[in-house]
Amino acid sequence: MSVPLLVEMVNITKKFPGVVANDQVNFNVREGEIHVLLGENGSGKSTLMSVLSGLYRPDEGDILVGGIKYNLRSPRDAIKAGIGMVHQHFKLIDSFSVAENVILGGDGTPMILNKKDIENNLAQLSERYGLRINLSAMVWQLSVGEKQRVEIIKMLYRGSQVLVLDEPTAVLTPQEAEELFDNLRQMAAAGRGIVVITHKLNEVMAIADRVTVLRRGKAVATLEKQEVNQRDLAWLMVGQDVVFQSRKKNPPDSAKVLELKQVNCLSDLGLAGLTDIDFSVYKGEIFGIAGVAGNGQRELAEVVAGLRAVNGGQLLINGTDVTGLSPRRIMDRGVALVPEDRLGTGLIPNLDAVDNLILKDYRRDLLRRGPFVNRRVARSNAQQMVDRFEVSLRSLDAPVKLMSGGNLQRLLLAREITSQPHLLIAVYPVRGLDIKATKAVHDLLLEQREQGMAILLISEDLEEIFKLSDRIGVLCGGRLTGILPAEAADIEEIGLLMMGSDRTGETAS
Amino acid sequence: MIIRGTRLTIEKRLVPSSSAYLVIPFISIFMALLVGSIFLYFSGHEPVAVYYKMFKGAFGSRYGITETIVKAIPLTLVGLGVALAFRMQLWNIGGEGQLYMGAFAATWVALTFPEGSVWWVMPAMIALGMLAGGLWALLTAIPKAIWGVNEIITTLMLNYVAILWVDYLVYGPWKDPAGFNFPLTAVFSDAATLPGLFDSRVHAGLFFGIVAAIILYLVVYHTRWGYEIRVTGENPGAARYAGMNTTRNIMLVMLFSGALCGLAGMSEVSGIGHRLQHGLSPGYGYTAIIVAWLSRLNPFAVILVAILFGGLQVGGFIVQTSGIPSSMVYMLQGLLLFFVLGGELLTGYRLNRVPATGEATK
Repeated sequence: MSVPLLVEMVNITKKFPGVVANDQVNFNVREGEIHVLLGENGSGKSTLMSVLSGLYRPDEGDILVGGIKYNLRSPRDAIKAGIGMVHQHFKLIDSFSVAENVILGGDGTPMILNKKDIENNLAQLSERYGLRINLSAMVWQLSVGEKQRVEIIKMLYRGSQVLVLDEPTAVLTPQEAEELFDNLRQMAAAGRGIVVITHKLNEVMAIADRVTVLRRGKAVATLEKQEVNQRDLAWLMVGQDVVFQSRKKNPPDSAKVLELKQVNCLSDLGLAGLTDIDFSVYKGEIFGIAGVAGNGQRELAEVVAGLRAVNGGQLLINGTDVTGLSPRRIMDRGVALVPEDRLGTGLIPNLDAVDNLILKDYRRDLLRRGPFVNRRVARSNAQQMVDRFEVSLRSLDAPVKLMSGGNLQRLLLAREITSQPHLLIAVYPVRGLDIKATKAVHDLLLEQREQGMAILLISEDLEEIFKLSDRIGVLCGGRLTGILPAEAADIEEIGLLMMGSDRTGETAS
Repeated sequence: MIIRGTRLTIEKRLVPSSSAYLVIPFISIFMALLVGSIFLYFSGHEPVAVYYKMFKGAFGSRYGITETIVKAIPLTLVGLGVALAFRMQLWNIGGEGQLYMGAFAATWVALTFPEGSVWWVMPAMIALGMLAGGLWALLTAIPKAIWGVNEIITTLMLNYVAILWVDYLVYGPWKDPAGFNFPLTAVFSDAATLPGLFDSRVHAGLFFGIVAAIILYLVVYHTRWGYEIRVTGENPGAARYAGMNTTRNIMLVMLFSGALCGLAGMSEVSGIGHRLQHGLSPGYGYTAIIVAWLSRLNPFAVILVAILFGGLQVGGFIVQTSGIPSSMVYMLQGLLLFFVLGGELLTGYRLNRVPATGEATK
């Protein structure tokens, strides 16, 4: 093929203390293609693209733009060379309008702003690629999907020939993702090069022209889309076959472990966080909560764990009203929480594994010796947990912040599961974990469900929700927009519910 | 492969270097002395000779050593007190005021019961001294725990209140009628005086410091309550998540922190001055903050660092006779803290040499 290359990265190596994030990676983008960069978390995708967009400087290797060697010292250099990146976390100013955000910091922005001219220009630009947006709207009024569009328009306005998107679908509903893909195809058709970073195999099949797979910092393959299937890609990504076992169905059990009746609470900002939430979780059931992040997931988990005040409604555990009880009382009634922020809430980074493992149990009789903590028992318990849950750590006395994400999650799950709760709340339990660690965590959850634990699973990954849940509830804007049995749910419908089309009423399980 | 040169880059370490952890305090002390010597040199003194004289003055004679211990006693007690609060990220800057309030309460016992027997007067002075210091600190802990009022400001402000309160007493109602109008109270009875040791000014307050360090060590590292303090200090979010009562712990920790500072005040009036007087403390409450920080909040290290700083003060007094201003001591203290904090930052980083161009040869 003789399609010209827009960008070429040759033998890029980037090291961080303790890891080689990119090891002699070659990567290029052709004119008019969508090139997917596939890899697990921590495989070096974001690092490679950060090198391309000037955020990091490579330790070795060259970057060629249009065949000419460039030394990209900053994102500004990269933008001048025609490379724009849309980050996972948007860099927009909430109190500015869309148009103002787009022209902010651009080289072509004149001293005196003519709002009409600018908006006309931008309107043409966004129309050409089907990027629907209201240019005079304030950014704070926009949905996440719209904010992403603003970022894309910003990069196009600055003349980016190569557009890099870092996990663009992570924050979108399936419908929004579909629209984004359409936009990207139109941009590619107009001759631009698009790079999409992802770890989702189905996205590769949906939009890629070519795919490059990264594994542990190395580019293991670059393939045309026609040459690949999902299985091969999974194999390339992980380096081994991953078998996802199908799960057994439990007969429905009538014992309600958790029941929420018309529960309301406030968000951190003092606005409505949850509105009239009404659902139950039964013994031996995984109840999945789907929804775009920020629609009340954190509030829901905190309310159930007693960490957030209930502002109307009732919370019942095993049939007893626990509304308004302290977190400790609710914990004592058999509620365990695996919080979304592992190191920030669930664990104490600077303390050792023993101290971390006794966090929930240090008041129990077993560990009491007068006013003292019985270190000997604490230690042997910790050793047992570490062995049983196969946590790999250097030493029980080392601060846990030295452990990898997967091991931290195992440590956390070990502590929470060992406390033998009736209800386990798991919030984004596999966020940031690689495929193997994900599978281990999922197996653990399924195993606990077999043994009769009720599990409230909160996740933004629909695949995970579908794989594990018996029933699925959808949160949108702090309301439960629907509850569906997993076998009857389809992704289209869940997607609609995630966007707020209401379908109230609990479907019988 | 041609390497055209190297450039140095600063990298964050994954694991703070353990050797640096031990070496840095010594490098910091050396750097502080080095910078201090620049000032000495330009003010017309021979730095090495001054330092030698200071060291010899503090540690080179029986008198020097005992005086160093005398200064180290209040520094240890207040250092332990503020270290306990720092452990929970409560920035108790009010050690000085809590010390004064402890001295005030102990003096009240001594002056009110001049005929009392040692068997109850001494315990009462200890108990009331600790209580007064503790309550003084609690005064800031309550608004902190309930409304989140910044304790740095409140503890600092209460220092002035406490110091001026004691000044009011010694210039006014408690002034010794036989004291030639000096701002001090009458001398305590023997029952209210801590016994001296080693035939010097060193007094039984030394044991208070040692016992307090041992108790504090056991409490912080081995009790449930100490565990809660460590968890809360390291990660308040995790403490809430584990159902710990942070409001209660803030109050308790400040109460005990203040109590230790109050004990320092009690032992100063009962062991050294044998009376309450104006200018009771030359800023022990502030110096102890540096002591607590340098010892990385470790109770036993607090004793060692307190002796070092006690020596610095004694050495400073000695060299005053050769025309070196006493502020020299405070400058060195400040420099020490400066370099230790800077050094602490460096343990997390390292310098790395990378080739500027081309590939590294393997």
